[in-house]
Amino acid sequence: AQNVPNSDWEKKVTEYFREKLKENNATNWVPSLNDVPVHYLKPNSLVKFRCMVQDMFDPEFYMGVYETVDPNTNARVLHFGKYRDVAECGPQQEIDLNSSQTVTSERQTFYCVPVPGESAWVKEISFLTELVLSESVVVLNPQFYAYISASQARVSPSTSYTPSRHKRSYEEDEDMDLHPCKQKEQHLGNSSGGDIHGCVEPKRLETEASAGHHLISPNCSPPLDLNFPLPGEKGPACLVKVYESWESFKVNDVLEVYGILSVDPVLSIVNSEERDSSALDPMECMDTAEEQRVHSPPASLVPRIHVILAQKLQHINPLLPACLNEEESKTFVSNFMSELSPVRAELLGFLTHALLGDSLAAEYLILHLISTVYARRDVLPLGKFTVNLSGCPRNSIFTEHVYRIIQQLVPASYRLQMTIENMNHSRFIPHKDYAANRLVSGVLQLASNTSLVVDETQLEQGQLDTTGVHNVTALGNLITWQKVDYDFSYHQMEFPCNINVLITSEGRSLLPSDCQVHLQPQLIPPNMEEYMTSLLTAVLPSVLNKFRIYLSLLRLLDYSISDEVTKAVEEDFVEMRKSDPESVTADDLHRTLLVARFLSLSAGQTTLSRERWLRAKQLEAFRKARLEQQKCVNGNEL
Amino acid sequence: FSFVAIPLDFDISSPLTYGTPSSRVEGTPRSGVRGTPVRQRPDLGSVRKARQVDLHSDGLAEDITTEQSLGQKLVIWGTDVNVASCKERFQRFLQRFIDPLAKEDEDVGLDLNEPRYMQRLEEINMVGEPFLNVNCDHLRSFDENLYRQLICYPQEVIPTFDMAANEIFFDRYPDSILEHQIQVRPYNALKTRNMRSLNPEDIDQLITISGMVIRSSQLIPEMQEAFFKCQVCAFTTRVEIDRGRIAEPSVCKNCNTTHSMALIHNRSMFSDKQMIKLQESPEDMPAGQTPHTVALFAHNDLVDKVQPGDRVNVTGIYRAVPIRVNPRVSNVKSVYKTHIDVIHYRKTDSKRLHGVDEETEQKMFTEERVAILKELSKKVDIYERLSSALAPSIYEHEDIKKGILLQLFGGSRKDFTHTGRGNFRSEINILLCGDPGTSKSQLLQYVYNLVPRGQYTSGKGSSAVGLTAYVMKDPETRQLVLQTGALVLSDNGICCIDEFDKMNESTRSVLHEVMEQQTLSIAKAGIICQLNARTSILAAANPIESQWNPKKTTIENIQLPHTLLSRFDLIFLMLDPRDEAYDRRLARHLVSLYYQSEEKMEEEYMDMAVLRDYIAYARSYVNPRLGEEASQALIEAYVDMRKIGSGRGMVSAYPRQLESLIRLAEAHAKVRFSEKVETIDVEEAKRLHREALKQSATDPRTGIVDISILTTGMSTTARKRKEELAQALRKLIQSKGKTPALKYQQLFDDLRAQSDMAVTKEMFEEALRALADDDFLTVTGKTVRLL
Repeated sequence: AQNVPNSDWEKKVTEYFREKLKENNATNWVPSLNDVPVHYLKPNSLVKFRCMVQDMFDPEFYMGVYETVDPNTNARVLHFGKYRDVAECGPQQEIDLNSSQTVTSERQTFYCVPVPGESAWVKEISFLTELVLSESVVVLNPQFYAYISASQARVSPSTSYTPSRHKRSYEEDEDMDLHPCKQKEQHLGNSSGGDIHGCVEPKRLETEASAGHHLISPNCSPPLDLNFPLPGEKGPACLVKVYESWESFKVNDVLEVYGILSVDPVLSIVNSEERDSSALDPMECMDTAEEQRVHSPPASLVPRIHVILAQKLQHINPLLPACLNEEESKTFVSNFMSELSPVRAELLGFLTHALLGDSLAAEYLILHLISTVYARRDVLPLGKFTVNLSGCPRNSIFTEHVYRIIQQLVPASYRLQMTIENMNHSRFIPHKDYAANRLVSGVLQLASNTSLVVDETQLEQGQLDTTGVHNVTALGNLITWQKVDYDFSYHQMEFPCNINVLITSEGRSLLPSDCQVHLQPQLIPPNMEEYMTSLLTAVLPSVLNKFRIYLSLLRLLDYSISDEVTKAVEEDFVEMRKSDPESVTADDLHRTLLVARFLSLSAGQTTLSRERWLRAKQLEAFRKARLEQQKCVNGNEL
Repeated sequence: FSFVAIPLDFDISSPLTYGTPSSRVEGTPRSGVRGTPVRQRPDLGSVRKARQVDLHSDGLAEDITTEQSLGQKLVIWGTDVNVASCKERFQRFLQRFIDPLAKEDEDVGLDLNEPRYMQRLEEINMVGEPFLNVNCDHLRSFDENLYRQLICYPQEVIPTFDMAANEIFFDRYPDSILEHQIQVRPYNALKTRNMRSLNPEDIDQLITISGMVIRSSQLIPEMQEAFFKCQVCAFTTRVEIDRGRIAEPSVCKNCNTTHSMALIHNRSMFSDKQMIKLQESPEDMPAGQTPHTVALFAHNDLVDKVQPGDRVNVTGIYRAVPIRVNPRVSNVKSVYKTHIDVIHYRKTDSKRLHGVDEETEQKMFTEERVAILKELSKKVDIYERLSSALAPSIYEHEDIKKGILLQLFGGSRKDFTHTGRGNFRSEINILLCGDPGTSKSQLLQYVYNLVPRGQYTSGKGSSAVGLTAYVMKDPETRQLVLQTGALVLSDNGICCIDEFDKMNESTRSVLHEVMEQQTLSIAKAGIICQLNARTSILAAANPIESQWNPKKTTIENIQLPHTLLSRFDLIFLMLDPRDEAYDRRLARHLVSLYYQSEEKMEEEYMDMAVLRDYIAYARSYVNPRLGEEASQALIEAYVDMRKIGSGRGMVSAYPRQLESLIRLAEAHAKVRFSEKVETIDVEEAKRLHREALKQSATDPRTGIVDISILTTGMSTTARKRKEELAQALRKLIQSKGKTPALKYQQLFDDLRAQSDMAVTKEMFEEALRALADDDFLTVTGKTVRLL
């Protein structure tokens, strides 16, 4: 890239890639950092990464254009510095730092982690999609292909279900004309990968394959904390360098980025370099060691991606088209909507079984799963629907299995065990570590629409310490206001979130909730473990996939209430207040409106009808009656 | 940088020579410009050499030609700065500038009609601190072009300013002895206010940004000049630092021995240096993003001037330096490290613990913004407009919103320290009390989000310590540090306390001092101090039976000590009205909440940002005083309030209520941006006060407004009845004749038989106690003895 600086150049690159990636499934064809370990990917090639912005570093000034000079011949050459970490120059050349031609530009670095709590099925399905496509394109990236063929053998037997039916549907859509894309990739490889030595030995493939899991990152146990929000997470963390409109991205946004992978070993040298050599350099001795470790970790552990295209994702469900506003997606949506009611019925049946035969609780669980914060009126989040499933048997594996089932249905979830130990010792609220200059993540740093299952049945008597109280308060705030106050030690900062919280508890939960449903099991299976496992194996993978589409899709629908129904609702409310002013409050109206909203949406209707309103009221009445009943059984209990 | 100049000229006027160590005079400083040593300015000169190199390589020729045409006028290479004229113009500025906008309180001890900076120089002569701080805003209003040059070429212009200042100074005070020559420190450059807007164009320019110090490094001695000595012939030489590196002489110039030069540490020159991390202030941050940070380098006496946690305005030169991956590898990491060389610090909250710092409050408003706000304030219905903009999602409760609005504006601050009463509270405290589910928490949450220095705590989760301040051992330094709690943190803000009724007694008692004296006294672990806590309190409480019992008084319903209750200016009841029309409106409101699109909602109400600015502007710029008429109206209102009580033989209004009225009236005047409190303000204050009181102090038995419920915890009728019962009992006992002792139960039965109303045991005991207080009798166990 040795041209005269030209501002159009930059626009054209983005434009070119945007066009190319639009073509038939080209996006599926780009290797994803989520599925393929870094060392199987070719450095300086195009990769994609589905991730959540965990932290934002300070903007960086870099040499957009720089000039090298050969001290012997005095020959000067201009270079572009965009999409690179290192300003390269030949062996005989030096960079002229004082050149008048130098253009300083600005870019922003995000620290990105894979979507926290991403379900295994999301990973598998998106990976399988790539496998299917890679069968038709073998030539391009031999390392990638080698990895794929190795893992193909593993994936199929290890999964409990094969999404074969789904696979076919993608193949049908697929147009075989992938050539332009192929050329581009080759071109890219040739032009930029010239002087990079292959840093991957093919031998490693075998060892990796025998490791048995395709998500283990390179085997050097990292002393570096990769700062995943949830404990026990794996997967690559990545420094994502954004070149344009970075203001539009926010912390906790889920992004899909397409960009150039940079794993230049030179980047790691900065760390290993002996400090004394730079002791006199005022610029380098200033940063603390921690800060350097965090901000420029070894590239093999935390690769860099120089973003060409980045888009915010509405959802991470691979079974759904990424963007629902496009023409093709509309047909997908309308096709699915036509078979909605059998899917709903099946899902209800499935969940009823999962909740031990309680269909009312299953109904509420569906409503809960499709709820989402769709707007905020000043501080009030609208559309959150936290359900407290009370009456769960204490200390039994029931709640664990409920979580397993939810995990199978939603793209991202986490089970938070409310034990005294957990409350007092784990990190819920993200806080800023000023020594390392980064935001240390916490359990409550989750992407939108993550399902958080709080298991209160684990709670024992005991004392909460300061951390515990803070943690519980934060959890309460999250439920009530859908926001988390991140701790910046000198001040707090509020980050809005959109998290579906389901609380399972024995009695009424100590956390606030929008609606409490008391579980009434119709059957008690003698062996819970067996019962739940058989339930999961009994459901066909294709049906399971439909459930997944159903839950993700309905969340994204619009909704309205006609004037006529508004009137009716008004009347109803006034009537209700008249007959029972003590127990019917504005809160009840809030809740019933919410139930009605999700009930309509769950049936695929985007407006409220009179029938749905009545049905919502009926559901609420059932639920309340059950709570009353419970009160009577337990005597004094609230 | 250097000059295209004739060598003769060069010596005198070049800032280059002006900072070099060769001109440093060793030994005791003598008086006069020649004698006062020059101190290097490491804050200016870090890339000096680079520029010089450039000069010789190119650009020389064309500069000369342009110079010549200007007739011997010389400019610094790469800039349009002419040293001589620059100096002259700055001297003119120093000698002539009189700040037309200066306010008395801003500069203590300055004569506003005399040139400001000449007085500063005089100050330097007296105090001996050789730094001259120059407000760039002044410079800009005086000489726009000079200001532009300063901003664009600070590295060249500031030394010229130094020269100019020194010339004037030593001209005037030739006998003055200073530690070193005067250094000019410009501040308040308007170039950039926000860290986020820094971009590559700002490099090497003078900028001012605000932020919060989050970390400061140890002191770093930075070598300015290395001292080398030949091991063979003891020849010595000095080498100046060049871009952070010292070029060690490989050959001795004297004896030509190679590698014989050794560094002599204690004869080298060092300067102090410190790295500071500055983080963007929370107000500047867009929602959903993490704050940016920037590194600062402070030099010499600016080291250790700030501590982590301080809010500062920093003026300095923005720098970008490439990072060399490895000195032996030619590849360079293509990013620059950026930092700011600090020239001037201004702490924005240094006085926070001691007094009112108006500057922090004075948010910068652009002229257009002010115009918009002023336009708004002229609207007749501005009061209604603002109150309806407050928490639009909460339905109705108009008066409560108005009350909160007045709280946000606050009264005028009055200082009566000289007459011995100290500060009068200007903050308005509000208590919301009512049924659960009447969106109290939501209101609190809204207010907390609206005000810049709000704190939100819940009565359940807070302890007295969490509210006030506590002493903690810092894990790193092992020192005792004072950690401030919610009340101190919300100084000049609003502290929202939810679930006020759930707060335990000892915690609540802390509030007594805060709510009236606006201070917090702390005496623990060897730290005795009084912190300011000028915070308004917005509290929400549930009734004691969780549902409001209409048959009981407020006191009985809230169960809060009346000493605390009387400190609330307004007590609002948020009751469920149970009215059909209300229900209908509420239902419509709620339904619309659930389907109206967001854009539509935006249109209907005033923007939160506008509201915030409006309040901030009024709080800092409008200070209404009571007018004559308003005073009269207030007096009347107060007399009326007292009359209501006195008619029934009770004093019902206390001076505290009068103060509340004044505060409310002032706040209402602020809403109108009026400098004078007028009758309408008093009217509204009265109305609101009555409205709040009517609800909260309606005697359930008589239906008459009765403030004594709040002040004594008992209604007038209840008091009267208690009195009557006591009298009846006294009569009964007296009628029994001269029996020294009576049976308790017997007496109770007699009283019950005699009285025409039902007498409970409690009432009986109360009457007995009242008589005991009058020294009429004593109660010992089951017997009552007469005295």
